[in-house]
Amino acid sequence: MREITYRQALNEALAEEIERDPNVFLMGEEVAEYNGAYKVSQGLLDRFGPTRIIDTPISENGFAGLGIGAAMVGLRPIVEFMTFSFSLVAFDQIVNNAPNMLTMSGGQFNIPITFRGPNGPAHQLGATHSHATECLYANVPGLKICTPATPRDAKGLLKTAVRDNNPVLVLETELFYSHKGLVEPPEQELLIPLGQAEIKREGKDVTIVCYAQTLPMALTAAEQLARDKIDAEVLDLRSIKPLDLPAVLNSVSKTHRVVIAEQDRPFCGLGAEISFRIQSEIFDELDAPVLRVAQEEVPMPYNETLEKAVLPNAEKIIAAVKKICV
Amino acid sequence: MASPEQRDEVEMLALMLLIRRFEERASQQYQAQKIGGFCHLYIGQEAVVAGAVAATRHDDYLITAYRDHAHALARGTSADACMAELFGKATGCSRGLGGSMHYFDKTNHMYGGHAIVGAHVPLAAGMAFAAKYRKEDRVTLCFFGDGAINQGSFHEALNLAGLFKLPVIFICENNFFAMGTSVKRSTSLEQIADRAEGYDMPSEIIDGMNFREVRDKLAEIVASIRKDPHPAFVEARTYRYRGHSMSDPASYRTKEELEKYRLEDPITRLRAQLTREGKLTNEQFDELDKKAKEQALASVKFAEQSPEPPIDELYDFTFVQGDGPGESGNLLEPAESQAGRAKKPARSPRRLASRSASTNGEEE
Repeated sequence: MREITYRQALNEALAEEIERDPNVFLMGEEVAEYNGAYKVSQGLLDRFGPTRIIDTPISENGFAGLGIGAAMVGLRPIVEFMTFSFSLVAFDQIVNNAPNMLTMSGGQFNIPITFRGPNGPAHQLGATHSHATECLYANVPGLKICTPATPRDAKGLLKTAVRDNNPVLVLETELFYSHKGLVEPPEQELLIPLGQAEIKREGKDVTIVCYAQTLPMALTAAEQLARDKIDAEVLDLRSIKPLDLPAVLNSVSKTHRVVIAEQDRPFCGLGAEISFRIQSEIFDELDAPVLRVAQEEVPMPYNETLEKAVLPNAEKIIAAVKKICV
Repeated sequence: MASPEQRDEVEMLALMLLIRRFEERASQQYQAQKIGGFCHLYIGQEAVVAGAVAATRHDDYLITAYRDHAHALARGTSADACMAELFGKATGCSRGLGGSMHYFDKTNHMYGGHAIVGAHVPLAAGMAFAAKYRKEDRVTLCFFGDGAINQGSFHEALNLAGLFKLPVIFICENNFFAMGTSVKRSTSLEQIADRAEGYDMPSEIIDGMNFREVRDKLAEIVASIRKDPHPAFVEARTYRYRGHSMSDPASYRTKEELEKYRLEDPITRLRAQLTREGKLTNEQFDELDKKAKEQALASVKFAEQSPEPPIDELYDFTFVQGDGPGESGNLLEPAESQAGRAKKPARSPRRLASRSASTNGEEE
């Protein structure tokens, strides 16, 4: 293992998959000559040339659709959105064309495409640039969605996504590109299956279910809770769909208490789905109500203090945990 | 594979007859409520797809909008599979999962059947992109109506095709009406073909009621694209005799206008051309027509007798299985493996307060 950044981990995953399979190519705004808006594709144009690393105009609906068409006839595109807030311009392609094609064609056309890019609120970008899109897309049958929170998960999940024969959204965390973490050396193939959560901290008193931006918040919360003699288990979902429900149920059956820490908005959100699953499957295991920490239900304000008030954080998670661990 | 020039014109006339007779039957079956959803008929426009198919190879990519029955038939999808799809049967060209607007046939290079107006135009650019990426000389035929040309996806796709020099022909089947809105009421240009200029793309306006003109003009364009990949735009002026869909009486246009176009009927026209040249007798034509009618009728029988798609296959087409970790058909199926979970002894549920007056609703 060696320490690399989240950005480098994604870059390695891209390079390894483009190297491995001639049908894989990377397309998006500023991915080639500019080396990526967030430098995730740094050096790839030099290494693979302009047929494999392709700059597009600002035309999300167009190039998302182009990728899907190319996938219909056997290529395996990786389409980068400069941010998933911009993927909303391509919503029709992502929701209507990519996931429906297999069903509509009676099983004739699968769409092996990866849509990737930063997702979730960053820092003071205002309402249009701060969308967490996982719940919007999770409502669509036929899409797979993962939300890596560490460099290792980023590399392993992106590589798996590219090899999947279905449309996969890799929702990267905009704020984590410079985060460092331990990752296997390049000569060691790293594939992390979609739909596998990971316990990032073991505990026995309460489960904090988290993903993406809420993972570090949950870990911070767990450390502080330990001082108050509350031993929290931190379960990182890693994938939104498939959802690793058994991992959630196992952990909650052990701790009997759960707080779901969400990056997205609460209404019709991921925590609502998970709470429903918990109560319907293991109602008897619960010793307290399921609580959720999510964004406030407002368009994101620019002002720093107000933005902080909207977002989930460690303090909000701690407060929720203390409410049910009395 | 026969080169396009050798496609027999009599054979193409037979195809146009099959398309028309098939759709007349479909219309009848729709009225008899054997067909659900929406159903858009192509009757009157047959020369466009027939001419395009006659000018191209079978392995060239073809993609179209929701008025798609003719495009599948032209590509060689059987009338049986087409009718069964309308009936929602398992033997349909999309297993009964797509319906009238979503015909697909991979073997015959028919890539749909797309029902969001304009949304398939970027897909066509992608198919052409793949052909160029793999250095193949395939051409992509992308059909759409005059209603599609004001969608953003159309503009984005044409720009990308022009920018990347993709081997695709954008064929606008201009039947002058987007549902009930005439081109004059929807489009800022006099001539749709002029849109192409904005993307530095050669364009042609052709008579879409004339099979030979469609075929010959497209053959020229295809030859040019195969030599050196580039996009092209064709505005084929045509007319649908029926309403936009089955529920549309087409009261937005006059009887006189319809009659004017009927005089230019593409089937009558090709028949006359062939008869004049001594390539077709009246008896031969009657025989072709009889055969088309029989095929259409037989397709109804086939569809009626075909099985429904099995309900236990409901989840089989949401995801393709295999070749990747984390595969699962139904992503929301209740978890099966919960082994090893530290199970608390189940407690009996507390009684409803109103039903346990003796305990005053207290917990047991």
